[in-house]
Amino acid sequence: MPHINVDKDLPGIRSLMAFSPQTAGPMGELANLLLRSNDTLSMADRELIATHVSYLNDCFYCQHSHGAIAVCYLDGNTELVDQVRTGDANAPVSDKLKALLSIAASVQKGGKFVTPQQIETAKLLGATDNDIHDTVLIAAAFCMFNRYVDGLASNTPSDLSSYPLRAKQIAEKGYGNHIFSERQPVAESAEAK
Amino acid sequence: MPHIPLESHLPGITGLLEYRKDTGQPIRELTEILLRGESTLTRAERELVATVVSNGNKCQFCSAAHAATVDMLLGESETANMVKADISTAPVSDKMKALLTIADKVRENGKLVSPAHIEAAKSAGATDLEIHDTVLIAALFCLYNRYVDGMATTMPADSGYFTMLADRLVNHGYYRLPQGYDHLKKD
Repeated sequence: MPHINVDKDLPGIRSLMAFSPQTAGPMGELANLLLRSNDTLSMADRELIATHVSYLNDCFYCQHSHGAIAVCYLDGNTELVDQVRTGDANAPVSDKLKALLSIAASVQKGGKFVTPQQIETAKLLGATDNDIHDTVLIAAAFCMFNRYVDGLASNTPSDLSSYPLRAKQIAEKGYGNHIFSERQPVAESAEAK
Repeated sequence: MPHIPLESHLPGITGLLEYRKDTGQPIRELTEILLRGESTLTRAERELVATVVSNGNKCQFCSAAHAATVDMLLGESETANMVKADISTAPVSDKMKALLTIADKVRENGKLVSPAHIEAAKSAGATDLEIHDTVLIAALFCLYNRYVDGMATTMPADSGYFTMLADRLVNHGYYRLPQGYDHLKKD
């Protein structure tokens, strides 16, 4: 049960954003800037970083929400997303992305865990300063989002089949206050009932 | 040395927010709302949440900056020092002790906030919105601390820097200075 009185029909961060729309605005804007860009790092790469950090923070809602969004951008490749989410070293992603995921994992532990060696490796594999910046800030931002969601014990749907529906909504329209102000997506079969 | 090229006259977070003004803007806005917007918690109380989290995360820059801000708001440095050392014996209200304890749990991991922590805060008079804001401030500083240390930003050479920074945060707030920061260049 959530620690504060939020709308019981809204899951996870959506219920918190509806509780405090004023703070929801800049958070949605930050998510769009960091996750909805294809500037050298693809939207899929960015969501994979968010998914892995959320997994490391043990945030069920965020790791499955962002994992499902990554699946939308990766033509339904659930297996790949699951490998990256859980930190499988054999995941078939580029060496550059692997180096960036390793930096993100260090940021999750604490900023000081990022070593000059990790940065050097990422740069040798073609990562730009901007890629490194965005990786660190995505990882740091998810250390915020994960704590917000779990620190207030927000409603976490345990049924994984509900995640792709919300993911599709974000893949199509991006982040922002529409995710709590508009009707929540439901399965067509459920709607027909 | 920072991991990416940042302006050398802008230590800590300021160099990062200037490096990427686009992402800097919503981060600044969120901070302004949480730490200086309308609230039943005082500005010093909210800065104490930022201080406890930054201190617990061992982020030297953020910890010094927000402790200096508390000091300036309160006109003394004992409260921030004692809160950093031990929340339970610090000279703050029972409600603040309960909220600072929640903040410190959020810092470690959101899941560590228990119904008992929430109950303690509510019995001491904390409202849902105060609990919400405490958790979000704590979470936001987990972002800041990792951003500042994850990019290996520098500490200011001059220890008077934090008094100047606290003065800016108290009197101007968290939005970007309209004139930028070129006046801080020493040449």
